Amino acid sequence: MLDPKGPIGVAERSILLNSLAIMLVVVVPVIVLTLAFAWWYRASNSRARYQPDWAYSGRLEFIVWAIPALIVMFLGGVAWVGSHALDPWKPIASNRPPLEVQVVSMDWKWLFLYPDIGIASVNEVVVPAGTPIHFRLTSDTVMNSFFVPQLGGQIYTMAGMESQLYLLADEPGVFAGISAQFSGAGFPDMQFRMRAVGNAEFADWSSKTRGAGETLDLAAYERLALPGVERQPRTYGAITADLFYTIVSRFTAKPEAAAGAGRDLHPTHSS
Amino acid sequence: MLGKLDWDAIPLHEPIALITAVTVVVVVLAVLGWITVRGHWRYLWNEWITSVDHKRLGVMYFLLGLVMLIRGFADAIMMRAHQAMAYNAPGYLEPDHYNQIFSAHGTIMIFFTAMPFMIGLMNFVMPLQIGARDVAFPTLNSVSFWLTAAGVALINVSLGVGVFSRAGWLAYPPLSELRFSPDVGVDYYLWSLQISGVGTLMTGINLVTTVLKMRAPGMRLTRMPIFCWTTLASNLLIVAAFPILTATFAMLLLDRYLGFHFFTKEAGGNPMMYVNLIWAWGHPEVYILILPAFGIFSEVISTFSGKPLFGYRSMIVATMAICVLSFMVWLHHFFTMGAGADVNAFFGIMTMIISVPTGVKVFNWLFTMYGGRVRFTSPVLWTIGFMITFVIGGMTGVLMAIPPADFVLHNSLFLVAHFHNVVIGGVVFGALAGYVFWFPKAFGFRLHEGWGKATFWFWLVGFYVAFMPLYALGLMGMTRRMQHYDVAAWQPWLVVAMFGAVLIFFGIACLVIQLVVSIRQRGRLHDTTGDPWDGRSLEWITPSPPPAFNFAVLPNVQGEEAYWGLKQGALRAGALPDLPAYEAIHLPRNSPTGFVTAFFAVVLGFAMIWHIWWLAILGLIGAFTGFVVFAWRDKEEYAVPVDEVAAHDARHRAARDVLLHSGVRA
Amino acid sequence: MSAVAAFPDPNRLGRLDAETVADEQGPAPKRIVVGYGFWIFLLSDFIMFSAFFAAYAVLNGATADGPAGHELFDLRNVAIETVCLLLSSFTCGMASLAVSVRSPVWTQIALLATGLLGLVFVILEVAEFHTLVVAGNGPQRSAFLSAFFTLVGCHGVHVTAGGLWLGTMMAQFFFKGFNETLLRRFMCFSLFWHALDIIWVAIFTIVYLMGAFT
Repeated sequence: MLDPKGPIGVAERSILLNSLAIMLVVVVPVIVLTLAFAWWYRASNSRARYQPDWAYSGRLEFIVWAIPALIVMFLGGVAWVGSHALDPWKPIASNRPPLEVQVVSMDWKWLFLYPDIGIASVNEVVVPAGTPIHFRLTSDTVMNSFFVPQLGGQIYTMAGMESQLYLLADEPGVFAGISAQFSGAGFPDMQFRMRAVGNAEFADWSSKTRGAGETLDLAAYERLALPGVERQPRTYGAITADLFYTIVSRFTAKPEAAAGAGRDLHPTHSS
Repeated sequence: MLGKLDWDAIPLHEPIALITAVTVVVVVLAVLGWITVRGHWRYLWNEWITSVDHKRLGVMYFLLGLVMLIRGFADAIMMRAHQAMAYNAPGYLEPDHYNQIFSAHGTIMIFFTAMPFMIGLMNFVMPLQIGARDVAFPTLNSVSFWLTAAGVALINVSLGVGVFSRAGWLAYPPLSELRFSPDVGVDYYLWSLQISGVGTLMTGINLVTTVLKMRAPGMRLTRMPIFCWTTLASNLLIVAAFPILTATFAMLLLDRYLGFHFFTKEAGGNPMMYVNLIWAWGHPEVYILILPAFGIFSEVISTFSGKPLFGYRSMIVATMAICVLSFMVWLHHFFTMGAGADVNAFFGIMTMIISVPTGVKVFNWLFTMYGGRVRFTSPVLWTIGFMITFVIGGMTGVLMAIPPADFVLHNSLFLVAHFHNVVIGGVVFGALAGYVFWFPKAFGFRLHEGWGKATFWFWLVGFYVAFMPLYALGLMGMTRRMQHYDVAAWQPWLVVAMFGAVLIFFGIACLVIQLVVSIRQRGRLHDTTGDPWDGRSLEWITPSPPPAFNFAVLPNVQGEEAYWGLKQGALRAGALPDLPAYEAIHLPRNSPTGFVTAFFAVVLGFAMIWHIWWLAILGLIGAFTGFVVFAWRDKEEYAVPVDEVAAHDARHRAARDVLLHSGVRA
Repeated sequence: MSAVAAFPDPNRLGRLDAETVADEQGPAPKRIVVGYGFWIFLLSDFIMFSAFFAAYAVLNGATADGPAGHELFDLRNVAIETVCLLLSSFTCGMASLAVSVRSPVWTQIALLATGLLGLVFVILEVAEFHTLVVAGNGPQRSAFLSAFFTLVGCHGVHVTAGGLWLGTMMAQFFFKGFNETLLRRFMCFSLFWHALDIIWVAIFTIVYLMGAFT
């Protein structure tokens, strides 16, 4: 994340580096003083003044409490402002409307749904560069963490819940994505690519993908959800309406409703 | 009949696990065999296994920690070696095995290495420093130790019988639920920690009561050595935090065994709640570990600088502030779970606030050296190494306390480097400093200083070589717990890190060699007076090792640094204080209760793990029977006759007299 | 006491020699130490219960399309349980009085009454759980029910354990009479028994009353 390619990543990096610099202002002198005092006051140094009764100084106490307190107050301000400015739920200011992408973490792959376009892809998310992407995320399985290091921070994905994240890629490029929360046997292979392309190319890609290949209906979803690793990214030409929210809400219903393959996926049935 | 247990549980098809298990069994049998052949069982049983003496228990705790340090480190070096190879390659550890290793490494290092180190030192030293004869509840102390050992036993059994958890050292659900971890691994984890957790909670109650109710006459709270304050704070945290762990693990156990839905994905379960609860315990836990270490460094630096600790009062305030604040920061472990900006910012700011008292402590240690005459013994080297290393680790912690920074660093190797930075730099360095500092008090001879310095340098350099690359890797986007990876740029750093681990291996080897050499040369290293370092606190007034009753007569404390004042007074007067009036001393009897309770706890734990229900019931009945048998005993104490007390003290006074008149100390 | 002048005061904490502070009389008598330690244990137990209360509060609404509290709780049963437990605290107090006058007979009677009332409590609670389970509303039904069974059940387990302790105490008093050790232990037991009452009041209020009227 030292080489970010989007505004969120850039902001996060600058907070990191600035805070590091501020703290080094205290940390470096402390380290130097530690070595200096230890060396100067070594027992064999007869030139050092031995003050065996000196153990209290009000003035020093004041300084010693004040310096960390001041630094903390400053960094606290950075934390407050930064947390609000870079809250994952906060939309990125832009003159372009955000693209909606829904994300489902599975064992052990990533599913990306484009609800407005009606397509889906596995382990690769293609987006237009320069447009904010509004991610809504959930998990079909255990906790994961959606993370594209070069573009910004991560957000956990949890079953039965929706989390959100906004990212933006300034320029076209391919960015590595991972899960940052250990999720079991296939975890290291749970990688995806985020491919930012020009607007025209994105429109081209989405129209080519739509209607081509398999439809991601509930049965296909169940097959995809079976534990396994996807070696190659692939796409689906059509998706069932409201699939994402079906996935989210199935986990709050009666126990049998989420039992296994072939389960009843309509959570609003009465008990 | 045997529940889920069958021959498949033995890892015959996994060579590494099998060889390790066989080695452990062989070593254990060899040790037991040696004890039998030399006829040491009676001594061991009477003097150590059934002992309720805080000094013996402290030694056993620390020894347990040392043994588990080796086990946990073996896991570490295996991981470093594997990751150094695993670029676009499978490495030599199967994913299943690798995942068990990182889970075991964290669990062992926190619960069975760091905790026993600190609890052992607090147990041994604190009663001596406050002028007490033992802790408030000596038999309970023995139960605590043996329950911790029971947890150790179970986690080591998982090496050879069954598997260990693959869900990390905190076993987040839903991964740790039955559906995603159907085998016994998570059960080993849960029962082992649940059992030892009870022991730790008992220790917390014991040591808090001891500090608050068992101090010698005149030992006001503000006259206690700072190590006793940090002991108090740490044990208050244990009492407040460990019940949360017990409850949380109980909920996960109910989910796994009886199909409850606390943390499952379905039927309304809430894994987020687990994350909150476990870190509500987890954050205080790391302060439970570091506070005693801070106390150790305070004692060491003031003793070897020949000065009182600078800013004693503000050290007390800082310690108690850390104690309270440690309960208000837990969410910084999961900023990325999406709690929203206000909540994240609040916890980030609270986390930074807690670094203020910590910073104050560092300055106070600095000014303790200022104006002193610093002797560079190995405990001082550990202290200086700590001050530099911990400050760096603290800095990276405050960095990650800023939520947007944490969004890119969470769960990366940067995080891993940070917590190893503070735990190794703080807790391990503190444990090893305390080990060298108080070893002569426990055993009557010092440790070999040369090998001690070698240990330090290998550990210090090894730590930096092993973990600084991890900071870089975290910034390069490498996340933790990866069994393999495909980014070429990461591999050179991982290779360097592996060499760091090798250096630490040499550090541990030096530690072992130091002990062996010291035992062999104990004549030369003999501590004749009980005060080998020109100490300042009460433990140094006792002989080395102290008798069971610690003090022939309870000291009458008249100021801070009780022993220093007495010593200076005696030097000025040229004579020891007057002979006190001796009385018979009543001490608690030794008891096998601890060992028996732990034995049945292991039976219960093992039976529950493997679903052998009749054996579990037997274990419970056995434990209850043991409790009743213990409760039924008529004689709780024995008396040390007054002549014996007087004779002990006479010998000690003679040794002190020699010291006084030789004018060694001025 | 010229030795006092030799003591340095590097942190300028001052001398308070005129009066010895209560804090510095030396180690406290065993009775106080035991009571103090047991109180700390009780506080730690309260913290454990708070974790279960917290889980209950979080999962209160997670009924998974199943029944909520007000559909399940039988307040009459709960009222009887409460009366039993409160009465048992009273009889425990009676037992304390009997112990203080060293009356073996009344001690055993009061303890027996305490134990029986506790037993009735546990039986009623087990019956309540049984009814729920056979109706398909056991702890496996939903997160809310898991939390309910665990919180209330944990208290019930404590009462049961207290009952076992009670039985042991009765036997010990019978065989050994009123010695110092048993008196200290009995003090701990009655603290424990009263603490269970406190927890029950919290459960009764938060789980049953608030659950029934939401």
